Amino acid sequence: MPDGSMKLRGRVRVVLGDNIDTDIIYPGRYLNITDREKTAEHLFELAYPEIRAGLQAGDFIVAGKNFGCGSSREQAAAALKFSGVGAVIAASFARIFFRNAINLGLAAVVSTEAAAAYSAGDEIEIDLVAGQIHNLTQGRTFTSAPLDPRAAELLAAGGLVPYLKHKYMQQRRNPCPTTA
Amino acid sequence: MGMTLAEKILARASGRECVFPDQIVIARVDLAMSHENADLVRKSFLEIGVGRVWDRSKIVIIFDHRVPAESEKTATTHKAVREFVAAQGIEHFYDVGRGGICHQVLPEEGHVRPGMVIVGTDSHTTTHGAFGAFATGIGATEMAGVWTEGTLWFKVPSTLRVEAEGEFRPWISAKDLVLHLIGKLGAAGADYRAVEFDGATIRHMSVASRMVLTNLAMEMGAKVAFTPVDEILLDYLRPRVPEKLDMIAADPDACYERVIRLDVGEDLREPQIACPHAVDRVQPLSVLGEVPVHQAVLGSCTNGRLEDLEVAARIVAGRVVHARTRLIVIPASQRIYREAMRLGYLETLVAAGAMINPSGCGPCVGVHQGILAAGETCVSSTNRNFHGRMGSKDSFVYLASPAVVAASAIAGKLAHPESIVKEDQPCLMEV
Repeated sequence: MPDGSMKLRGRVRVVLGDNIDTDIIYPGRYLNITDREKTAEHLFELAYPEIRAGLQAGDFIVAGKNFGCGSSREQAAAALKFSGVGAVIAASFARIFFRNAINLGLAAVVSTEAAAAYSAGDEIEIDLVAGQIHNLTQGRTFTSAPLDPRAAELLAAGGLVPYLKHKYMQQRRNPCPTTA
Repeated sequence: MGMTLAEKILARASGRECVFPDQIVIARVDLAMSHENADLVRKSFLEIGVGRVWDRSKIVIIFDHRVPAESEKTATTHKAVREFVAAQGIEHFYDVGRGGICHQVLPEEGHVRPGMVIVGTDSHTTTHGAFGAFATGIGATEMAGVWTEGTLWFKVPSTLRVEAEGEFRPWISAKDLVLHLIGKLGAAGADYRAVEFDGATIRHMSVASRMVLTNLAMEMGAKVAFTPVDEILLDYLRPRVPEKLDMIAADPDACYERVIRLDVGEDLREPQIACPHAVDRVQPLSVLGEVPVHQAVLGSCTNGRLEDLEVAARIVAGRVVHARTRLIVIPASQRIYREAMRLGYLETLVAAGAMINPSGCGPCVGVHQGILAAGETCVSSTNRNFHGRMGSKDSFVYLASPAVVAASAIAGKLAHPESIVKEDQPCLMEV
């Protein structure tokens, strides 16, 4: 959230099942793409190419347990983020995916109830600080697992790179550094 | 109160007397490993803008996912990483032809010691728990943070303990044990947790077999996995590691979330197979019926070691790979490649019709060197059988032990090694 706010609003693009693995999210054959924005072109390419086709900026992906299991490939989180996905709401996340998402500034929200109750097309508002997910279409509110303060800090900064960049810029007391 | 291995290592690495599950600690990192995705790490690192990496002696870069470069794009990536390694003076770099698969090269070249905290930009970094290290996979951006600061935050995991007793039946191995366990616990059965493997069965296993367990623990979500630090391990480490070795062990009164007991003689009556398209869809071989196989892959960080090539050579010796099947063999490292050559395993495998690929990940990540067409089925000693993992989204991957892979290559269908090699038949292989 580059503007510092911790509220997100969007539409549920799709509701997926359990164990959506990183090969489904981003096929291994495209791992040599290291330009993060270009990873978006291959989101869900093999299994669910239609998801990307109808994606609007700010859309949410809803899924069951263990979303992002498998490989440590950061491109899985990058492809979601640079396709414009606003957040992933899942019953649970695989560990590495969760950290990758937060490190790239993509909100990963844990809610078993939301994962079970939501439908594609629902209008959702997520308050990351309060840990609440409002389904405006269904008129129901669920609680999400509280966001770890460290994760909240990273998300607010827009990810780990901007966070560290800022930190070391301050340390060097250099108001206008140039990078190599 | 006593501590598990994971707790003990994280306590030391974060400068604390003790730690508890769910506590967040900042730990110093002893070793940071990357493969080709070092290029992604490099980009994030340069963006952070601190100039120099935190410790050029603690970063290891090993090319394995696309070796030799299969495309101009990869060649460009390799080149960029080489230049970065030179510019930063990174001390440990294994280029094409110099190493092999990262998880094999790291311990083989003496980089891993008990008690270390290791992070790698590869999910199967858990493998190094077979050497008593707290070793886990992270993403590229997170690694850029490690290259910058040399530390990382961890949530202290709770620990599942797996105690295996008994002797394996003929042709049953560590791969069957861990597939059985994954089937039992599920793909998220150990998510965010540490796994400690112990018991008489484990303590009698070779280091190579222990690595199969810690490697595949990842496929049930484990953050880290361990096998015991004992004399068998020290015999492996002593010739490779000059430093004093730490006999680290869990405390006898450590607190476990759950203890799972296996009797491998009883629980593993036949080979275990992970069916498409999930590693936890595990079935005993006999219930699968007739499954024709177009490709058989023996290799990867899971099962491309010398003992794996040996058992395969023993099974295919004097036989020919079935006409409808392609057998692809990938020694896990250059050292293993040479040793398998010296011992005649490669000769035997090639004579049977196998193709030997260069040491690397090969078709396991679906990039090159054995991609599957629509409608094709592969039996593989690798670690993932996800939808489209090894090629077409309409291909099918069955994960199995090296022995089953070799037997299936001969039979042209999923096969028990005992259907190929009769118990009373002498080994046909000449060494």
